[in-house]
This record gives sequence, structure tokens and C-alpha cells, in this order.
Amino acid sequence: MKMVFSRKQLGIPYALFLILFVVAPLFVIIYYAFTNGSGQFTISNLTDFFTNPNTLGTLCYSFVLAFTTTCVCLLIAYPVAYILARSEWKAKSIILMVFITPMWINFTLRITALKEILTLFEKNLAYFPFLNSVIGMSYDFLPFMILPLYTTLTKFDQSLIEASCDLGAGPVQSFLRVTLPLSTPGIISGVSMVFLPAMTNYVVLDMLYNSTYIMGSLIGSYFSAYDWNNGSMIALVLLAIICIFTFFGNNADEESPARGGAIL
Amino acid sequence: MAERLGNIIELKHITKTYTDNGFTAVSDFNLEVGRGEFVTFLGPSGCGKTTTLRMIAGFEMPTEGEILLNGQDITKIPANKRPINTVFQRYALFPHMNIYDNIAFGLKLKKLPKDEIRRKVNHVLDMVDLEGFENRRVATLSGGQQQRIAIARALVNEPEILLLDEPLGALDLKMRKEMQLELKNMHQQLGITFIYVTHDQEEALVMSDKIVVMSEGRTQQIGTPEDIYNEPKNAFVADFIGESNIFKGIMTGDKKVRFCGGEFECVDDVPEGTLIDAVVRPEDVILTPPEQGVVEGVVTSVIFKGIHYEITVESGKYEMVIQSTKAAVVGDKVGMQLEPDGIHIMIAEDHTTCFETTINSELNLDFNDETIQCDLTKVIPGSVIKDGELFDDDGEKIDLDKIRIMVSIQPEDIQMSDDLEAGLVTGKIINLIYKGDHYSYVVRTEHGHDLIVDDEYLWNMHDQVSLIMPEDKMKFALKK
Repeated sequence: MKMVFSRKQLGIPYALFLILFVVAPLFVIIYYAFTNGSGQFTISNLTDFFTNPNTLGTLCYSFVLAFTTTCVCLLIAYPVAYILARSEWKAKSIILMVFITPMWINFTLRITALKEILTLFEKNLAYFPFLNSVIGMSYDFLPFMILPLYTTLTKFDQSLIEASCDLGAGPVQSFLRVTLPLSTPGIISGVSMVFLPAMTNYVVLDMLYNSTYIMGSLIGSYFSAYDWNNGSMIALVLLAIICIFTFFGNNADEESPARGGAIL
Repeated sequence: MAERLGNIIELKHITKTYTDNGFTAVSDFNLEVGRGEFVTFLGPSGCGKTTTLRMIAGFEMPTEGEILLNGQDITKIPANKRPINTVFQRYALFPHMNIYDNIAFGLKLKKLPKDEIRRKVNHVLDMVDLEGFENRRVATLSGGQQQRIAIARALVNEPEILLLDEPLGALDLKMRKEMQLELKNMHQQLGITFIYVTHDQEEALVMSDKIVVMSEGRTQQIGTPEDIYNEPKNAFVADFIGESNIFKGIMTGDKKVRFCGGEFECVDDVPEGTLIDAVVRPEDVILTPPEQGVVEGVVTSVIFKGIHYEITVESGKYEMVIQSTKAAVVGDKVGMQLEPDGIHIMIAEDHTTCFETTINSELNLDFNDETIQCDLTKVIPGSVIKDGELFDDDGEKIDLDKIRIMVSIQPEDIQMSDDLEAGLVTGKIINLIYKGDHYSYVVRTEHGHDLIVDDEYLWNMHDQVSLIMPEDKMKFALKK
């Protein structure tokens, strides 16, 4: 018998996968978020979230931490990506590799190594929890910022810089008025790949013997205490924040025709 | 100083060599451009015309030479400080800005008041016929419209010189013709100096006051369109501008020239016996009955081209292309006649190939590790060879490291072969011109020498060939 499938039939496995592992769990989370321990509908989880100074404090702290991490990553990654993309040096792919390969080394090993290095500089890490959180996370997420920026900047049309220079702009003005606005798609995808994980990835902090509490730690502690309802609500609020964030990101993206390839 | 008043820009001995690969894109380029002139750089791709334009714009620095603007040296001034604006080949409009912001870019950098910017932008938009496009995005415009915006963006800054780098290359034929006339009109109205780059000879002839024909990084001829077309300086220009028949010939008397198997009257006064290249434009050939022409031939092809027929006539070993409004029949015998002013005489350049060689231990010549047999005693008068050593007429031993032997050979004595092992050197064909009964090739060897080779067979551009140079055709001379 000849096996011929229509496009629709070929789509079935993917649809099943999506329903089972994406849509269904999402509904489970929504269900838990809006029920109490005995399974009755309630919005107290939501009100709790926004009235509990502890949770709100953690949210603010996570936000500041993630924001700082993202800024640090962006400040390091942009010049690196810019120089690599602009240079005609043959070995530039190797340099790019040097930045990317850490991703292939086991995460636990990397952070443990980083911890040892940080110990060398600072006898007592616990005194500077914020600083070492930022260092740990920036180190971990840097490649995710470099790659989209590099992709955007390599596709950048050099004649636009020449045009801006021709019209009277110096190197700084050309960068601010042409290069930077046209690399926003890369910046947006880089930021969304660093900012959101940085809000929740508490494993890095745990491994650095860090007592800092971020959103991820909060969800983790609720779930390990079998309080699925509150844990789910926090996850849901974070999801909402992510949705808003990506919505604005995509809108800014559509403005720019140079978006191709920036979304990794 | 007086003669400088009329010149807006002068290029003096400009040479550009790229450091990374040693390629010389432009060598010893000299040009004076008068205020308000429309100058066109014309040449095939890779001839250095765009590089020259980029040096005027300030995107590239010349390796040698200087650029004077109004008599002031601007060679080291960056592009953003020059009163020169460019229309780029691919327009290079900023995709993240609307049309208004694109055009206002330069004015905003100059920090002009807002209402003045608006007035100027509206004025140039009006000039390029795109009023009301201020808020459109670049991507929503057609190629022709983007082209106009690019011109408007450059003109709004009121530059002293407008540079245009093949600005019409991406447009279709009809649009290109329209834009040619529009640009020409704009030039006349504004009085700004235009420097235009193109590889399209027709475009150059239509638009320019002055044409600079370039090839291989060198100026071939500078002149008005009429000069360039009617009085081409060399075979390259004649071949590149318009269609032409080029023949090798010789002056046989007072204003008499012999080529293509016949003797013709001409207007150029060149001494008898001079070797020449004769250029005959296809439209200047008069077809006659066989017995009335100076030369006789057989029609081998007739192609209808709209306003005329393109007729190819074979006469002996020569071939002539003719444009005529009257059709001919393939196989017919015809005669060909030429008016004296229809023949343009160019004194043939000395195409003898010369290269320098060293002497190896076997007392033969060494040319890039290839050996050429040579009897040194005939080259150095009075010298003798004893026990594998060379002695001069005083009996003193000659230091072989100190002398160089020049070898010369005629283009027709060099043979080309596709067997790369067969010849003395290998190289790539970088130029070819048909000369009536043979092709004249320029072969660039792997060591960077350009050799002229005549061959009756057609080879392709960029073919890798081996050059066979028979030693009995070579002439040797001691380099002084």
C-alpha cells in the first residue's frame, strides 16, 4: 500500500504534541491558579500576590536583578557583536566560537567554576549577593545576547553608514541615528532571551551559595511545599508579564524591515 | 591661480592600491572638472571608476596623489565634512525612517530651524515630482521613486558637487531613458557640478559635457562626447564607445591609408609608412555595387534591428560590420566605399612585449624560474664564454648578478595554448578587441605583467591560457 498523507494529516502529530504538552498544562496552571486547596474557585491567590509585600518585594527585586543583568549583557555583547560583524578578519568565526562554546559545557560545571573564580576575588560572597547574582547570570546568558545581535549586524548594509556619513554625520551620529535603530530587532530578541530567564532562573543563584530570593525561587518554594495554587498564580502572572513584553517587542519589530534573521 | 577659478575639483596623480591584496584599482589618475560641468566616468566593470568616485566622496583615501576642491587640498578631510553628496547605486535610503526624515537627515544634522527644513524638503520633493510622499515608508516606494528620493536627499543639502554612482543601473530601460533626461534637466537648472559613473556608453554620450573613459584603472581618453565618439584615441576607446570596425593598417601616402585589403582617402595627416589602427563606424560604410567599391565582399549575415539592418560582409580574411537602412541578401556580392571623414586613424601603439630577465648559472636567461636559451656572447658585444664563465672584451669576469637582459617579442609571434604546461608563462585574458582579421588580447600573467597577444582565433574573456613564445622570435638586449 502506498503511503500518501495530506498536509492536514501530517499536522496531526504536532497538534497532538501541542495539545498534550503546551495547551493542556497551561489550562492545568490556570485551573490551579484560580482554585484553593480544596478545589473551589477563588481569586484570593491573585489578590494575595498583589497584597503580600513579600511577593511584591521579590517581584521588584527580580525585576531589578533581571534588568541589571540584561543591561550588563547588552553592554558587553553589543560591542563584541559589532566588532565581529564589521571586521573582515578571517578568524572572526573562531572568536565568535570562544563566546558561544561555554554553552556546550555543562551548566553545573560552569557555575561551579565561576564560583571558585569569584571566591578568589572576594573572600565572602554572601556580602555582595546582588553583585554576584548579576555576574553569575550575565556570564550564563551572554551568548544568548551576542548571537541575535551578531546576526542582525552582519546583515547590516554598510552603504547606509556611508550614506549617513555622506550627509554630514560623524561616526557617533551615524551609530546613534542609523546603526542603533536598525539593530533594534537584534536587541529586542537578545533582551527577551536574557531578561525573562533572568527573572526566574534561581538555580544559578542557589549554586553560587546565594540567599537572594527571586521569582523562580518563590515558585519553587511554593511547589515544594505542595502549595500548587499560589505557585501556579505566580507563574501565571509572570506569563502575563512575558506576553505584554513580547507584544511590545514584536510591535517595535514590525516597524523595522531589517528584522529578518534576528529572531533566533 | 587664474586658471583655477573655473575648476571646482582637481585630481592630481591619484593612485589607489589596496593594502590587503596589493590590487591597484586606480593608477595616476588626473582630472580637472570645471564648475557646473557634467562629467561622466565611463568604463567596464572593474576599471576603477567607482573607486575614483568614492575617493572624491571621501569613503576611500588615495594611496598617492591629492584631491583639490576649489584649490584646497581635501584629500584627508572625512566624507562628512566635504560639501559633496552622493546618490548611491542601491540608493541606500534609511529603511527605518519615512521619506521626510530621509531627506531631512542632512539638514537636521546641520541643526537648521524646523520650518526651514520643511520648506527645503518640500522644495526638493516638488523638484523630483513626489509631493505628498513625506510620510510614506521607503519599502512602499517603487525603484524609480526610491531613486528620485535618493537624488532629493542628496540635493537638499545644496552640495557643490553631486556624485552619482550608476544611479540608473537598477531601473528598467524605459524608466532609465526618462531619468536620463530628467537628470540632465536638473543639472541645467541647478548649475551644480555632476560627476556621474556608468558603464553604459549610450548614457554617457547622452548626458555628459565631458567623458572620462577608463580601463584597468587608467584614463584612456578625456573629451566631449563628440570627441570620444568621432576621434577615439586608441582601440580600447573605439571598441568601447559605440560599435566599430577596427583594422590594422599602414599609411601609404599623403592622406592615403591601406587597410582591409584596399586603399582609402582619409583626413588625418599621418606620415607615410606609419603603422596605424583604422576605426570605421558601422553607419559610415557605404554599400555599392561590387565593381564600384574600393573593396569587394560577400554578405554573410543580415539582422533586422528596428531602425536599421546590421549587415556583416566578409572580404578576404577581413570582416566588416555595416549598419544600413537598406536590406541586403546573404550570399550577395557587394562593394564597400568609405568617405574620408568616415575613417578615423589612430597611430598604432607599440605593442612589443618586453620583460626583464636575470642570468642563471648555466648562462641562460631566467624569467620567473623559467629558462630561456640565449647566446649571451651575441648580446654583450665582445664577450666570450670560457669554462662556464662569462668574460668581457677586456678579459675581466662579468658579475652575472649585476646585469639584466631585456627580452622583447612581437604580439603576433606569441601563441596562446590551453595546455597550461606548453608555454613559458600562464595568464588570464582580461581584454579582447576584434581587429578585422584577428583578435588583440591583453593577457595578465600570474606575475602581474600585461602582455599583448595577437591571435586569429576567438578565446573567451577570463580564459586561463599559456603563452608560447618561440625563442627564435625573441630579441635580446642588455639592460643599461
